[in-house]
Amino acid sequence: MSEYIIECRGVKKWYGEFQALKGIDFNVKKGEVVVILGPSGSGKSTFIRTINRLEEHQAGEIFVNGIELNNDVRNIAEIRKEIGMVFQQFNLFPHLTVMDNITLAPIWVRKWDKPTAEAKAMELLERVQIPEQADKYPGQLSGGQQQRVAIARALAMEPEIMLFDEPTSALDPEMIKEVLDVMIVLAQTGMTILAVTHEMGFAKTVADRIVFFDYGLIVEENTPDNFFTNPRHDRTKLFLSQILH
Amino acid sequence: MTTATDINTAYEAPPRTEVGVLGWLKHHLFGSWFDTILTILSLGLLYVVLVPSMRWAVTKANWRAITTNILILIHGPYPQTQNYRVFIAIGLLVVMGSVSLFIYRGENVRGRRTMTIIWAVSPFFIWYLLAGFKGSSFLPLIEYSKWGGLLLSFILAIFGILASFPIGVLLALGRQSDMPIIKWMSTVYIEVVRGVPFITVLFMAQVMLPLILPPDVRVAGMFRAMVATALFSAAYLAENVRGGLQAIPRGQYEAADALGLSTFQQMYFIIMPQALRTVIPPIVGQFIGLFKDTSLVAIVGLLDFLNVSQSILSQAGFLGAQKEVYLFAALVYFVFSFAMSSASIRLEKQLGVGQR
Repeated sequence: MSEYIIECRGVKKWYGEFQALKGIDFNVKKGEVVVILGPSGSGKSTFIRTINRLEEHQAGEIFVNGIELNNDVRNIAEIRKEIGMVFQQFNLFPHLTVMDNITLAPIWVRKWDKPTAEAKAMELLERVQIPEQADKYPGQLSGGQQQRVAIARALAMEPEIMLFDEPTSALDPEMIKEVLDVMIVLAQTGMTILAVTHEMGFAKTVADRIVFFDYGLIVEENTPDNFFTNPRHDRTKLFLSQILH
Repeated sequence: MTTATDINTAYEAPPRTEVGVLGWLKHHLFGSWFDTILTILSLGLLYVVLVPSMRWAVTKANWRAITTNILILIHGPYPQTQNYRVFIAIGLLVVMGSVSLFIYRGENVRGRRTMTIIWAVSPFFIWYLLAGFKGSSFLPLIEYSKWGGLLLSFILAIFGILASFPIGVLLALGRQSDMPIIKWMSTVYIEVVRGVPFITVLFMAQVMLPLILPPDVRVAGMFRAMVATALFSAAYLAENVRGGLQAIPRGQYEAADALGLSTFQQMYFIIMPQALRTVIPPIVGQFIGLFKDTSLVAIVGLLDFLNVSQSILSQAGFLGAQKEVYLFAALVYFVFSFAMSSASIRLEKQLGVGQR
C-alpha cells in the first residue's frame, strides 16, 4: 500500500473545449491538512470535486485509499463512503430535520441501525455546539449553524478524508469564526483535510501545506510559512498582493 | 441622550374605526369609493343570480327525479339485491378516511404504519367485494358491464390516479435521463399523448387493446377505459413532475452523491419528496380534471355517473327534468372536486410548502 491516501497523476478535465485542469500531480498523506488557494476560475474547486467524482476527470489517474477512481460504480461508491464533503452553499436537505439530515446516509449507506446513527449524530452536534437544534429544519437555522450541521452530516459517515469547498464564502462575516473553529479542531484531531478556502488565518494556523492553483495547474506548493513570507513564483506574489491588502 | 427610563413604553389603543367589525368593513368592503362600487355591484349580482334559483329549487323543482333514482345514480345497473356490497365498500372508505384523519395527525408511528398497510390492501379487498366470485352464492359474480353510476366514475378516477402516478414519475425521470433512447421514448410518449384529445385515447383503447392482446382474451370495456385514463393522465403528470424536478438545485444532487447515496436512494429520499411537494397544486388540479373527464367514457358506452343521470331524462315521469338532473350532477362533481382541492391545501400546509 502506498503511503498516500490520495494520489493524483496527470489529472485533466475539459468543459467542452475549455480545459479546466491541465495535468495535476498531487498526493496527500493520511492526517495531512492541505489548503488550496487560487484565483476564481483557476480550477481549484473543479479539482477537489474530481476526488469524489462530482466531476469526472477525462485523463490521468486518481487513487483514494488505494482504490482507483474510474467508471466502476462500486469503486465510486466505496470512495464516496470514505470522503466527506462540505459545500459553499451548505446543500442541506431542506425537507428533513437536522437529525434526519445527519442520520440518512449512515442508516442507508453504512447500514447502521437508527439508535446508533442518532447517538452518533447527537455526539457530532455536541461537537459542533448545536445539540439543541436537532429537531429543527435547516431553514430555521442561521448560515453558520447550517454549515456546522453540514460538517456534522459529512462526519457522521466516519470518513477518512474531508473535502471543504469554500465553506465560509457564503457566510456573513460574524458567522465565519464559528465554522472555522470547528474546522480547526477537526484538523488538530488528525483528520485528513483538503480545503479550498480564502481564509488565510486557517491556512496559516493549521495547514501542513499550501497548494496554489492557476490556469488549471498547480503553480506552487509550499509550507504555510514560506508560502506567505517567501513565495517562489511571481504569480503567487501577485495573488498574495491582491488578497493581503 | 435619553435613558431607558425616559421612554414611554405604554401602548395607545388603535382608533375604533381600525379594528373589530368596523375596521374589517372599512378595510375589506369600503376601503375606497372604487371598492364600495365593487362591493355593491357584487352583492347585486349575487342577488340577481341566487334569489330566483333558490326560489326555483325550493318551490318548483321536482327533486323526485333524483330521489327515486338515487340507487341508479350511485351504482348504475349493479343488481339491487347485491348492492349492499357497494354500501359496505363506501362505509369502509368513510371509516378508513375518518380514522386516518386522526392517525396521520398523531405521532403514533406504529398506528400510521398499520393504517398505510390497510390503505394498500383495501383496493384489492374492495375489488373482490364488488366483483364477487364465479359460482359463489355468498358473493356472486357481478359482470363488469353492470358497474355504473358514481361507483364507476370513482373506480375510473381512483385507478387513474393511482396508476398514472408511478407511470408519470417514471416518464418524468425518463425524459430527464442521460440515456438518449429512454429520453427519446419518454418524450415521444408524453408529446403524442398530450397532443391528442382524451376521447381519441378512449376510442383507441377500445379498438387497439384487443389487437395487442391474444384473440381469446376479451377485456371488459371498463378495463379498457381504466387503462386509457391512466395512460392519458400519466403524460400530463410527467410534465408536472418534471416541473418539480427542475426546481431542485444541483447542490441537492451533489450532496446526496457526496454522501454515497445510490441513485435510487437519492431520488426516493431527497429529490422526489422535494420535487413532488412543490407541484402538489398542479398535480391535484390535474387529478380533479381526471375525475371530471371520466364523464367522457359515456361515449364508448360505459354507464358512468353523468350517463346514468342523463338516462333519468328518458324515464316517463321525468321527461322535462333536465334542470334538476344536471344541477344535481354538477353539484356532485363539485362536492368531490372541492373536497380534493381542500385536501390538497391541507396536505400542503402539513408539509409546510413554501416554508421549509
